[in-house]
Amino acid sequence: MATALSLTHLGSLMRGVRSVDEVGADERAASLAKRSIKKSSKLWALDLAIRCMDLTTLEGQDTPGKVAAMCAKAIRPRPGDATIPSVAAVCVYPLRIADCVEHVRGTGIHIASVATAFPSGQSFTNIKVAETEECVRAGADEIDMVIDRGAFLSGDYQRVYDEIVAVKEACGNAHLKVILETGELGNYDAVRRASILAMAAGADFIKTSTGKVQPAATPAIALVMMEAIRDFVRETGRPVGFKAAGGIRTAKQAITYLVITYETLGPDWMTPDRLRLGASTLLNDVLMQIEKERSGAYQSIDYFTVD
Amino acid sequence: MDVRKTYKLFVNGEFVRSESGRAYRPNGGGVNVPRGSRKDLRDAVRAARTAFGAWAGRTAMNRGQILYRAAEMLDGRSAQFVELLGGGVRARRELDQSVETIVWYAGWTDKLPQVTGTVNPVAGPYFNFTIPEPTGVVGVVAPEDSPLLGLVRRIAPALCGGNVVVALASETRPLPALTLAEVLATSDVPAGVVNIISGQRKELVPWLASHMDVNAIDVAGCTDQEIKAVEESAASNVKRVIKIREEEMSPYLIAAFMEMKTVWHPIGV
Repeated sequence: MATALSLTHLGSLMRGVRSVDEVGADERAASLAKRSIKKSSKLWALDLAIRCMDLTTLEGQDTPGKVAAMCAKAIRPRPGDATIPSVAAVCVYPLRIADCVEHVRGTGIHIASVATAFPSGQSFTNIKVAETEECVRAGADEIDMVIDRGAFLSGDYQRVYDEIVAVKEACGNAHLKVILETGELGNYDAVRRASILAMAAGADFIKTSTGKVQPAATPAIALVMMEAIRDFVRETGRPVGFKAAGGIRTAKQAITYLVITYETLGPDWMTPDRLRLGASTLLNDVLMQIEKERSGAYQSIDYFTVD
Repeated sequence: MDVRKTYKLFVNGEFVRSESGRAYRPNGGGVNVPRGSRKDLRDAVRAARTAFGAWAGRTAMNRGQILYRAAEMLDGRSAQFVELLGGGVRARRELDQSVETIVWYAGWTDKLPQVTGTVNPVAGPYFNFTIPEPTGVVGVVAPEDSPLLGLVRRIAPALCGGNVVVALASETRPLPALTLAEVLATSDVPAGVVNIISGQRKELVPWLASHMDVNAIDVAGCTDQEIKAVEESAASNVKRVIKIREEEMSPYLIAAFMEMKTVWHPIGV
């Protein structure tokens, strides 16, 4: 549990964050995205991608039925094929937590709920804290909170920090993922600052995006955030997880994030405890790629369950 | 200045080099032609699948107009095609027949349901009728002889019914097919509806035949031995294998690419 920093400490922490070489980050992410992962390594990576996946539905039109279908897919992504693992978690809006509890209890799949006035984060702190507490009470064991970008961009780091600390406290035993919404932060320096700020405030995971803003996750942003994690771990010894979310739709993209994770944070992060891929339409493409590797024939979406 | 043309594949409405970067010289000639890979084929099928819904959803009238426009554009480039086909009377005849073929199938788009559809007498309070619907993504292996007319004769009936096409150009004479792509690209045929890949048949046909997202494959250009292999692979997703060796234009060729859907509509309830 992080202890609240005083204003002067926070100031020196933020001043100590070095700036990011933007051209270098883009180049490195692009070169890592070119890695060729084939055959058995590809199958291993795709299996890991499923195990690290947060199967997500965050729509105003989500119903208990839709969530039930998603939970079934989360437990057994390919009915009739027991070699395909379950996903790491299902990720829903607070009102749908109860539906998830009903369907994934006892399967080991985590229930993640977005909270704190998702996706904008523009609400009162006490409401955000209360929402988090309600989510945990309803059965969520992972909370995906958004930071107040308005405060962050206007330089009010203390407010952002205090809010994360308060939400973390409200989480209790639930894991806290802090969404930075990098598409709204403007540049890589701000992304790195927000990453360090969130980790110092006690985040268990830092997450790229809500998926509601373009651009969402990009390989370069992921690299910048992971380098922040690497430096933070070196400094404090506390491992922090990474979640990429938003716009990850193909197996190829998923593998790119796995490569960047491996090259930046190392093999210790190649586990659902420290790496997540948030996605609503990625799973079927991964399943199709696995089937293609196994059968040697290109696949059709017609032969996979709807997600 | 003499500009030497780089021939390209036609995938998703774009002229692209092969993903593999490879090229070959058909018949040892002096022109480099892209040697398409299985990944080019994969991209083409993906593009075709994406384009299918909108193409099949167009009115028959509109599909006919677009096909007719393609015929006009082909005719407008007749000098170029005659030269590509070797010049002379035979080349001229092949070009003319290609244009006529497209015009003929353009006229069929809005007549197909009336001619091939049926109203079925049934013992019950139902109005029962059968109508043709496009099957989806159609793979076409173009014949080696008559490189333009052979291809046009296979893709025009498929397009007429609302299917989308991934075609393998003649391996030994691919230039007319790759140039036909330029005609299609400038004639309102939506991107992805026709994709044309050049390359080695033995390399590409097995991938096309085993692709689970291809609904039918026209083996006009395959040898008997190849057809046997195609049929074995096609069994995996019950692909339709079209073996009609029809030389002339025929509504049965259109119907070969169609699925007959029967509707039981209750009456008196």
